[in-house]
Amino acid sequence: MANTSNREVHFQVMWNRLISVVEEQALTLVRTAFSTSVREAGDLSAGVFDRQGRMVAQAVTGTPGHVNTMAAAVPHFINDIGPERIHPGDVYLTNDPWKGTGHLHDITVTTPVFRDEQADDPDLIGFFACTAHVVDIGGRGYGPDAREVYEEGIRIPIMKWAERGRLNRDLVAIVRNNVREADQVIGDIHGLAACNETGRRRLLDMLDEFELADIEELAGFVYDRTERATMAALAGVPKGTYRNTMQVDGYSGAEASDPVTLAVELTVTDEGMHADFTGTSPLSPFGVNVPLTYAQAYFTYGMLVALAPELPNNFASLAPFTVSAPPGVILNATDPDPVAVRHVLGHFVTDLCLGAIAKAIPDVVPAEGAGALWNFQASARAADPSTGLPPVELLMFNSGGTGARPTLDGLTATAFPSGVQTMSAEATEQIGPIVVWRKEIRPDSGGAGRLRGGLGQIVEVGPADGYQFEFSAMFDRIDNPARGRAGGGDGAPGKVYLDDGTPFPSKGRTTVPADRHLILELPGGGGFGDPAERDPEAEANDRIQGYIS
Amino acid sequence: MGARIGADVGGTFTDVVVQFDGVQFEDGTLASTKVLTTHAGPDGTGGPEQGILAGIDALAAEHGIDLSEVEQVIHGTTLATNALIERRGATTAFVTTEGFRDVIETRTEGRFEQYDLNIVLPAPLIERKDRMTVPGRINARGEVLRPFDDAAASAVIDRIVDGGYEAVAVGFLHSYRNAEHEQRFRELLLQRLPEISVSISAEVAPQMREFERFNTVCANAYVQPLMASYLVRLRDELRFRGATCPLYLIHSGGGLISVETAAAFPVRLVESGPAGGAIFAAGLAARYGKDKVLSYDMGGTTAKIALIEDYTPQTAKTFEVARTMRFKKGSGMPISIPVIEMIEIGAGGGSIASVDTLGQIRIGPHSAGSEPGPAAYGLGGADPTVTDANLQLGRLHPDTFGATAITLSPERAEQAIADGVGRAVGMDPATAAVGIAEVVDENMTNAARVHAVENGKDLTGFTMVAFGGGAPLHATRLMDKLGLDELIVPPGAGVGSAIGFLQAPFAYEAIRSFYTATSDFDHVGANQVLAELEAEAESFVQQGVELDGTSEAPELTVERRVAMRYKGQGWEIPVTLGPGTFDQFAAEMLTEVFTKAYEEFFGRAIDDVDIEAVSWSVRVASVVERPEPLTVVDAERTVAPQRHRPMYDPAVTGTVDAGLVQRDELRLGDTVDGPAVIVEPQTTTILGSHHRAVLQGDGSLYVTRRNHSKETA
Repeated sequence: MANTSNREVHFQVMWNRLISVVEEQALTLVRTAFSTSVREAGDLSAGVFDRQGRMVAQAVTGTPGHVNTMAAAVPHFINDIGPERIHPGDVYLTNDPWKGTGHLHDITVTTPVFRDEQADDPDLIGFFACTAHVVDIGGRGYGPDAREVYEEGIRIPIMKWAERGRLNRDLVAIVRNNVREADQVIGDIHGLAACNETGRRRLLDMLDEFELADIEELAGFVYDRTERATMAALAGVPKGTYRNTMQVDGYSGAEASDPVTLAVELTVTDEGMHADFTGTSPLSPFGVNVPLTYAQAYFTYGMLVALAPELPNNFASLAPFTVSAPPGVILNATDPDPVAVRHVLGHFVTDLCLGAIAKAIPDVVPAEGAGALWNFQASARAADPSTGLPPVELLMFNSGGTGARPTLDGLTATAFPSGVQTMSAEATEQIGPIVVWRKEIRPDSGGAGRLRGGLGQIVEVGPADGYQFEFSAMFDRIDNPARGRAGGGDGAPGKVYLDDGTPFPSKGRTTVPADRHLILELPGGGGFGDPAERDPEAEANDRIQGYIS
Repeated sequence: MGARIGADVGGTFTDVVVQFDGVQFEDGTLASTKVLTTHAGPDGTGGPEQGILAGIDALAAEHGIDLSEVEQVIHGTTLATNALIERRGATTAFVTTEGFRDVIETRTEGRFEQYDLNIVLPAPLIERKDRMTVPGRINARGEVLRPFDDAAASAVIDRIVDGGYEAVAVGFLHSYRNAEHEQRFRELLLQRLPEISVSISAEVAPQMREFERFNTVCANAYVQPLMASYLVRLRDELRFRGATCPLYLIHSGGGLISVETAAAFPVRLVESGPAGGAIFAAGLAARYGKDKVLSYDMGGTTAKIALIEDYTPQTAKTFEVARTMRFKKGSGMPISIPVIEMIEIGAGGGSIASVDTLGQIRIGPHSAGSEPGPAAYGLGGADPTVTDANLQLGRLHPDTFGATAITLSPERAEQAIADGVGRAVGMDPATAAVGIAEVVDENMTNAARVHAVENGKDLTGFTMVAFGGGAPLHATRLMDKLGLDELIVPPGAGVGSAIGFLQAPFAYEAIRSFYTATSDFDHVGANQVLAELEAEAESFVQQGVELDGTSEAPELTVERRVAMRYKGQGWEIPVTLGPGTFDQFAAEMLTEVFTKAYEEFFGRAIDDVDIEAVSWSVRVASVVERPEPLTVVDAERTVAPQRHRPMYDPAVTGTVDAGLVQRDELRLGDTVDGPAVIVEPQTTTILGSHHRAVLQGDGSLYVTRRNHSKETA
């Protein structure tokens, strides 16, 4: 008995250690990455896998988009490389949207781990994998304008970046010649490989310390514990089928005003939860389409955050959450559909699925929120080309309000479900020819309710120093505000205009002239419950603070 | 008889130590006392100074100290920190640039906990109704885009007058580059309200990034009236008792500043206690000639880990206080001031063990504190704590637990462990106690590793210094888990921070953001920034030194650093600069030193990417006499313990018969071979079966693994 229990203590300690190892991996990536979305938004992931490619542990990072996309990637690596071609010292990579994390900008690197590498026939014991968004991947540049994935950049099939410790210089040269900012991109790939290497060494040290041959038994312990806890959490949800539809502005192009309908049918059984997206609008001709694996990530995230926030991400916690969709819908993009900015609609999948499960667990689920980020990703160009001012790429993350919770107001100007953080206006102005004139709470934008929706914000930006801005506008919830729940009011819809009052298109390629400011009024979150039941003190405070006028 | 006094006011205890003319007691300890921290009553009397004075009075009486002969009183306090945590500051207005009223409320726009739908973000220190804006805009290069609006400023000042504010914080965009508008506002404000407390961000924290800088200036203004009156009261009370010597404050960067500086920039006092601990460890590092030291301080609620290289604690430019979710990054408020960098986790003797939905044992972050305390205290605590596990495992013993008046109850500890952990995980109390101890040790180990990774360090070859009441109980296990070969357990472990205060130099670090890239390096601007920073830092140091009539004009050291990164990255790494000014070849030199530093941090550099310098800092410090170097004494006489007791040893996963040794009976060269329990009033040092401890000339225990220790002839 004492022995068995000591084993239990051992396994608990080792599980902690594994999680610490992958956290270290992720941290190193954040510190070294060139990509703004990696360092500011935590748009990365890192995990350790067993020899069959099942994920044992994953670092908690800022984006749910990799929750299970990376987990699904490693079996593709094993299959495509071929077990007989997996050797010590190898490093593999891909950016295939359908084998990785949904668009070409994410590079996934996988490294096998062997015990006793020096032996004649060393044992493969598992893998480390990590994913990060890179600065550029060639093609048309980051944006929704491509009509096929071929235009969106270079696609690297699952390949060896290094074999038996030798770098694949041919592949390096191909990547180098196909992307902008090649040094940063190559630097980031080396960084990904180095993170896996750190994980590999730490894992081997740990196996030595605990005198283990492999991680199979530990993985079994992790899956067993996780599965039991996952099933216990699911048991609290009444079995049945729950439907929801949500209309968002989308980006269908020819008729920019055509909305996109997202639809889901959630089925809760003893085995798990299944989301079917039948009824969702058809594919767009633009790169806003979502590979199903990415929609699955935001579905799974929504369910875990509502039902079992303590659960770690691993094979056993993700397995019960499955998805399906008919061909040709915007949440089921297939090769070669364009998918570069799949996150805009992908982020709405969480609110869509939460809206369905709210019918089963109404006391848990918040109202709808702003959902999609209002990122300002612009190319600053000389207003007068003869001045010779160099082109500069700009990026700002901006979030609207989140939906009110059953017991709490919504969060003001806060990202959900994305884990994005904004960047300092001062830092943004140091880097490029932009002046941020205003970045302030938008009063009266939260949906009314017993609990008020989170407020949006007002952002006013203008070009500096003889520049103008060109960019692809991608602002949602202008025609379709976040809906309240349980009698709560809708959040305020978003608005986009220039400082002279000119209305400004919210979708498509546009220009902000040199002497104008662009004003973005970000949408607020929906309210929860009957506004008449709002606590008078909370209401009074909202007025004192100027949250409502 | 000359003496120096160090006083560390913590949340629970106030520690006071006295050093007589640099002489230590024979056993290596200083005269010290621990008294309960006193808190101000509703009428404002009986503040923390009462506890300090009581401690000093007690020591003075006991050791016959004439307070008029005391040369220095050095003080560190958590008062500013607590005021921020408990929101007990002044009624403060924040005045900022038009369009940026809400920066301290919208924060990073992120959620520090991704998986909590019911997350509550920290409330801003200054509410929205108390935040006002003035037109006027300066750009990233310090140029005026829109002039400052005096009339609008006057209207804001009207509101401040009418609102009865006690303090005003001023933070305008890009003021670290051009402080004109902030200075102008202060001038107008003081014309109307000459007595009001006003802080401007260009002076408090001239670093780029508005959220951090604005928060810092708000925090400074918020605690300024409180801290200034406290410091004056303390100084007056000391004078009244005849201590006419200068009073110095220890700041978060680990140096001494005058009362005047501290009263103007009280935000610099946040984290001063932990800084004392790191200086204490650095002093030991110097004494033993160990250039790589991991400082490990564990108390009742938390464990703190800091890295010390070349006898100097690592510093950072920003940190977070008042975390609403304990130890969760992002849940507190950022403070941009120079600080000794350390990682703090919820792992202390009072940390509560529980079992989560996965059947995993978790430690903390909740702590039973000193009241009700661990279950074994019998003061009403029913939750199992780390202390209860240590008692169950034979590491602590009811007969030898400190000098406190608390009697430990093994029965209560066992019951709590069985109820709180054992039943849920299907373990008997003994095994559950092993689980609790192993998990807390693993948590601390992981924190140390992650901290090392964050700083680009590999812990191989580091020596651990363990202090605080809890650390020596866990240190040998951590040493094994981290693969370290040497551990030093100094005497005076319970009052390490206060001892550290006595070893601190006069020091001040000035930091300012100034952005330039190697492709277009502004060497004139960089030279000017460095010169100004050096002048600023030196003036603060001189202010302290001049007050200190007892010492001759000390030699000053100047350390200059720049935080750099590759263009496109978000994190900077610190690069130390040599003496001299930059010329037109500076970019090449900086590229070279940055590349080398980057390689050290991350293993490899990146070719052909432009490098950016973001912020610059100059630290001026008086040279502190290094402690006399000690050579480690080899094992001489092996002590044969008279008594033994059963103790769990994780290295052999079983219970062993551990020797029981009184630390104060050990003499120079005395050797204790594990398994052993070495007890003293303030703490207990545990040796596993494979450890050996040798008592050193300064009273420290020098611990190695037996297969690593040098064989004695």
